[in-house]
Amino acid sequence: MSKLTRAEVEKVAALARLGLTGDEVEKLQGDLNLILEQWARLAEVDTSSVPASAQTIVQPMPLRDDTPRPSLSVDAALQNAPSRSGDFVRVQAILSEEADG
Amino acid sequence: MSADLRRATAAQLRAGYCSGEFTPVEAVDALLVAIQREDTALGAWLHLRGDEVRREAAAAEVTYAAARASGAAALDALPPLLGVPVALKDLVNMIGTPTTAGSKILEGYVSPYDATIAAKLKAAGALILGKTNMDEFAMGSSTEFSAYKRTVNPWDRERVPGGSSGGSASAVAALHAPLSIGSDTGGSIRQPASLTGITGMKPTYGRVSRYGIVAFASSLDQIGPFARSAQDVALLLHAIAGSDPRDATSSVTPVDAALLKLPQGDQAASALKGKRFALPKEYFVAGMEPGVEAAVRAAVAALQSAGAVIDEVSLPTTEHALATYYIVAPAEASANLARYDGIRYGASKHGGGDLLDGYLATRGRGFGPEVRRRIMLGTYALSAGFYDAYYLKAQKVRTLIARDFDRIWAAGYDAIVAPASPSVAWKFGAKMSDPVAMYLADACTIPTNMAGLPGLSTPCGLSEGLPVGLQLIGAPWSEAGLLSIAAGYEALSANASWRDQDPTDLAALGGAA
Repeated sequence: MSKLTRAEVEKVAALARLGLTGDEVEKLQGDLNLILEQWARLAEVDTSSVPASAQTIVQPMPLRDDTPRPSLSVDAALQNAPSRSGDFVRVQAILSEEADG
Repeated sequence: MSADLRRATAAQLRAGYCSGEFTPVEAVDALLVAIQREDTALGAWLHLRGDEVRREAAAAEVTYAAARASGAAALDALPPLLGVPVALKDLVNMIGTPTTAGSKILEGYVSPYDATIAAKLKAAGALILGKTNMDEFAMGSSTEFSAYKRTVNPWDRERVPGGSSGGSASAVAALHAPLSIGSDTGGSIRQPASLTGITGMKPTYGRVSRYGIVAFASSLDQIGPFARSAQDVALLLHAIAGSDPRDATSSVTPVDAALLKLPQGDQAASALKGKRFALPKEYFVAGMEPGVEAAVRAAVAALQSAGAVIDEVSLPTTEHALATYYIVAPAEASANLARYDGIRYGASKHGGGDLLDGYLATRGRGFGPEVRRRIMLGTYALSAGFYDAYYLKAQKVRTLIARDFDRIWAAGYDAIVAPASPSVAWKFGAKMSDPVAMYLADACTIPTNMAGLPGLSTPCGLSEGLPVGLQLIGAPWSEAGLLSIAAGYEALSANASWRDQDPTDLAALGGAA
């Protein structure tokens, strides 16, 4: 199995939305490659006729009535928002004026 | 009096409240005084509900007094944990309390609602003392990855308590609470229970609702109890178990009433006669400490002397469980932790640059090193081109792990007996620079999670003066059976010298400030 390059580590960090320093990327590259060596051992296991299990305790999935229930008040739901405007969470604009046109 | 109240089990507290020998206020005060004096050194607690819990204790005492005046039937009708203090791992939401999951990315977050288990504990009359320290997002085996503080092991202040539920384990071991709640994704209840010399149980996947619990790996996470006796673990499990309309993964399997009437003493010991236990050879892994192996094998011999049948068995997929876990758990974590975006709650570094810059800064600075490592692993495992080789492959090996265990139950065994951890508590820093060494600390507990099975760790002696845990693993929904076996082993070893021993550094905790 090939080792992760620095560029590949940076690509995964971007996918994961993790802003990392150069030192952190370097440290992670070493750590991840060590762990990938462990993962590679799974190739030894013959799973050609084995189904995948997302979970192993199989449960009936009971349905409940689809009736409205009380939920959090607006204030409770917004109490932890870093930035609030009235009954809304305030976020940065994602479209510029020009793009609107 | 107050020293005795610190030592009291939940069952003893309840009996004393009923007889009027002591009150919930006295019990809570004894614990809060100890916490005040010792937690600077212990570091188990992240948040205490001092005045609120005193008020709740006073209200519980009024209820007990009224019931005493009405007679025994009225006392019996009171909720089972009324006035009994409980600690919550800091990933359980409880309305009005901070919930950090040990992470800076949740610093300042105050829960706007109760987790189902918090609501159940309140309904059962429990007094929530506060929240305990943990590895960030439950990722770790030593609690050293908490973004907030170090929790020490009361058996040796230079050593870790295990993890990730290290605060809940140390709090119970140091007599700061009779009961606490932890979570176990790969061993985070059983391993710290083993390292701190108490009893901790991971119930069957789905036994306890996870609504309102900060998620780590959703196909593995399960909530469970810590205590200083099997009976107390059973009482706490009974209070939190059961189906929940708010958690579709919670099971409708009825909660076993036997949890409230666990056999004790001679009755529990004699029930071991004729039990069949499987001893898996793969759990005595290379690198296991000889003192740990000796203590576990001595416990197994004691079970045999009590009339149990022990057979050595093989669980051949055990050696691949660790790699399987370290694909599945990070993959699920990377999805679960995508929600920490700095927009709806938690720490935020939005404002400079564009939206993407805000995400990168919030998550890059808000998550600590181990959480970043797991998110990276998981994102990689799920990324285009690698899914089949890693995640799908791991889900297939998971099937084989489950089949290994199924063969044991089909052969009629009552439980698997094994070590809970390959080592006793290690010194701070010993595994911090080597993630694979830290991951190996969970080698004995991870297969149980991959198969969704219940397991517990119960103290079985000391090695070089540090606690060793005996792990019992059972078929799905066999929690009451496993706890009965643990109660039987407690009775068998009741006269062992290590049973009476306080954690070595307990007395020193108060003088360290």
